[in-house]
Amino acid sequence: MNIHEYQAREILEKYGVPTPRAEVASSGEEAEEIATRIGGRVVVKAQVHAGGRGKVGGVKLVDSPEQAREVAEALLGSRLVTKQTGVAGVPVEKVMIAETLDIKDELYLSIVIDGDIGAPVVMASTEGGVEIEEVAENTPEKIFRVAGDPLIGLTTYHARDIALALGVPAESLSATTKLIIDLYRVFTENDCSLVEINPLVITEDNKIVALDAKITLEDDALFRHPDLVDLRDANQQDPLERRADAADLAYVKLEGGRVGCMVNGAGLAMATMDITKTIGASPANFLDIGGSADQERIEEAFKIIMDDADVEIILVNLFAGIARADVVAQGIVAAAKETNAQLPMVVTMRGTNAEEGARILGESGLNITSAPDLAGAADVLKQILLELEGAS
Amino acid sequence: MAILVGPETRLLIQGLGRDGSFQASRTREYGTNMVAAVHPGRDGQKFEDEVPYFSTVAKAVEDTGANTGVIFVPAPFAMDAIIEQVDAGLELVVCITEGVPVLDMVKVMAYIKDRPTRLIGSNCPGVLTPASKAKVGIVPGNIVRPGNIGVVSRSGTLTYEAIAQLVQYGLGQSTCVGIGGDPVHGTTFTDALELFQADDETEAIVLIGEIGGVREQLAAEYIKENVTKPVVAAIAGQSAPAGKRMGHAGAIITGRAALASEKSRALSEAGVHVVDSPTHIGARMKEVVG
Repeated sequence: MNIHEYQAREILEKYGVPTPRAEVASSGEEAEEIATRIGGRVVVKAQVHAGGRGKVGGVKLVDSPEQAREVAEALLGSRLVTKQTGVAGVPVEKVMIAETLDIKDELYLSIVIDGDIGAPVVMASTEGGVEIEEVAENTPEKIFRVAGDPLIGLTTYHARDIALALGVPAESLSATTKLIIDLYRVFTENDCSLVEINPLVITEDNKIVALDAKITLEDDALFRHPDLVDLRDANQQDPLERRADAADLAYVKLEGGRVGCMVNGAGLAMATMDITKTIGASPANFLDIGGSADQERIEEAFKIIMDDADVEIILVNLFAGIARADVVAQGIVAAAKETNAQLPMVVTMRGTNAEEGARILGESGLNITSAPDLAGAADVLKQILLELEGAS
Repeated sequence: MAILVGPETRLLIQGLGRDGSFQASRTREYGTNMVAAVHPGRDGQKFEDEVPYFSTVAKAVEDTGANTGVIFVPAPFAMDAIIEQVDAGLELVVCITEGVPVLDMVKVMAYIKDRPTRLIGSNCPGVLTPASKAKVGIVPGNIVRPGNIGVVSRSGTLTYEAIAQLVQYGLGQSTCVGIGGDPVHGTTFTDALELFQADDETEAIVLIGEIGGVREQLAAEYIKENVTKPVVAAIAGQSAPAGKRMGHAGAIITGRAALASEKSRALSEAGVHVVDSPTHIGARMKEVVG
């Protein structure tokens, strides 16, 4: 689960991590008040769940409270389109007004799980303010990595090693060491999947400050953090993804595709998406209906695909192990009749109760072409797409 | 011989809620030797009138000689169940449960590191050896056939797809191993490859990977050095976007190495037959083994 920068900042503060003085505003008036309180030059930052906001006007330096108001008013109510959002962008409903600092050096610090080591790993780099992917690509030797111990945590000497690798001034060494330990605690105590401080700055007076903060919480661990669940901002999500979340469906909207995919199992869902590519089309979504979906959830899954304006044809691929093909078929038929769906469907069903499922679909009167397996489904899909193109 | 599970398997199942009970029935129907069921508070009762219930794994192992455990308990309790099974001395523990917090698996892996138990999963379909009707997990028994192809995969249903394709070409399986879709998991591709390479009944191997992590690359390195048997591989997620979790917690593109294309390239360079389309797994294996 993604959270906003101002929420991440609040978590960091709770753990004693130094951050710039800042407050969040929902109106131009509030922004002006905050800028007045902070005084001097401030930065107005759009609060959105997407990276790359700085490049599209989502982060602006202003010299007066009046300017803060103007910038905030322009941002609030708008939608930001960054390289990480779809063409629809994400709404700006809050802005953060933060003090500006005299920066001597910009560094990078993050914590993620390294699946191959099986432990949280702290990644540090002297190349702050740029994307770590670029650093990893061009100058991998500039990334310093230290794994925490799964049972002990991150030791102080490890944190000091990292601080030394970052080349912080001697008088900032102990504050930096403490900051790294505190960040590690933020990561483990809140079940994060990412804590990223970019940039971590050294000020002219040698203070170390987390200037920007990004925290991603692990969905699977939210059950033990009910307070963090409240940080969810559903408005930042794609509307279809939000509905899928509510129905407990694993769904990802994909840009530019026209083949709606409905599959059980994540791996098979990805493989099904890949198949649409091999026949020259593109998937409109990833959707795993899971193993134990009841008819109601299947209906909602189907409606989500139907409500995606990009979808021109639906590919259903079911290999029922835990799932039951007849239940899925009933769900599809019920949802298709309710929404009066006219779109062509290509369906392959195998496994538990597959024959019964095929019978239900066959008798439904819907525009369905059945295929015996995935390869067969790909052929049928290709054929129908060619016919659709010929007709248009 | 096959690998991991076979005629010697004495299965204990832990967590007999709706899904666990359903799968326990399928497992027994298939012919697997299920000797104990663990579900606190049901001591003295029997599952399907035959398999005794126990409140603890230790007691179940003591009374029945179970050597293999399968876990269906809900995700918040999965770490506890794995540790209970490890402490009871089971040789093989298979955790089917999906949605186990990653930091729980981090602790589990640290805990079992110096203990003799082998863990498969979490979030996996389990293991099945068709020739000895040993099914530990949720792979449907009716889709497999006994034979000489080893299958190892991060996915559940895509494994079924691969098995169906193999069967279509008349190729049976020695053992099918689902290692699971979580970023931190027990048995890895490399572990399974080592077992298949040493197994007399395995003639060739199907490896099914997906986006995320670097385990496919590590498998490629291992294959280059140690595996003489032919390997056919498919990598799911060629069309997945970066930064979005594709269902599995581990299936997310976070950097170049996590890309399907990078994994395919590494495997190809190691001499693996990598298929372009997930529909070609069976056909390619047929070409390879003749």
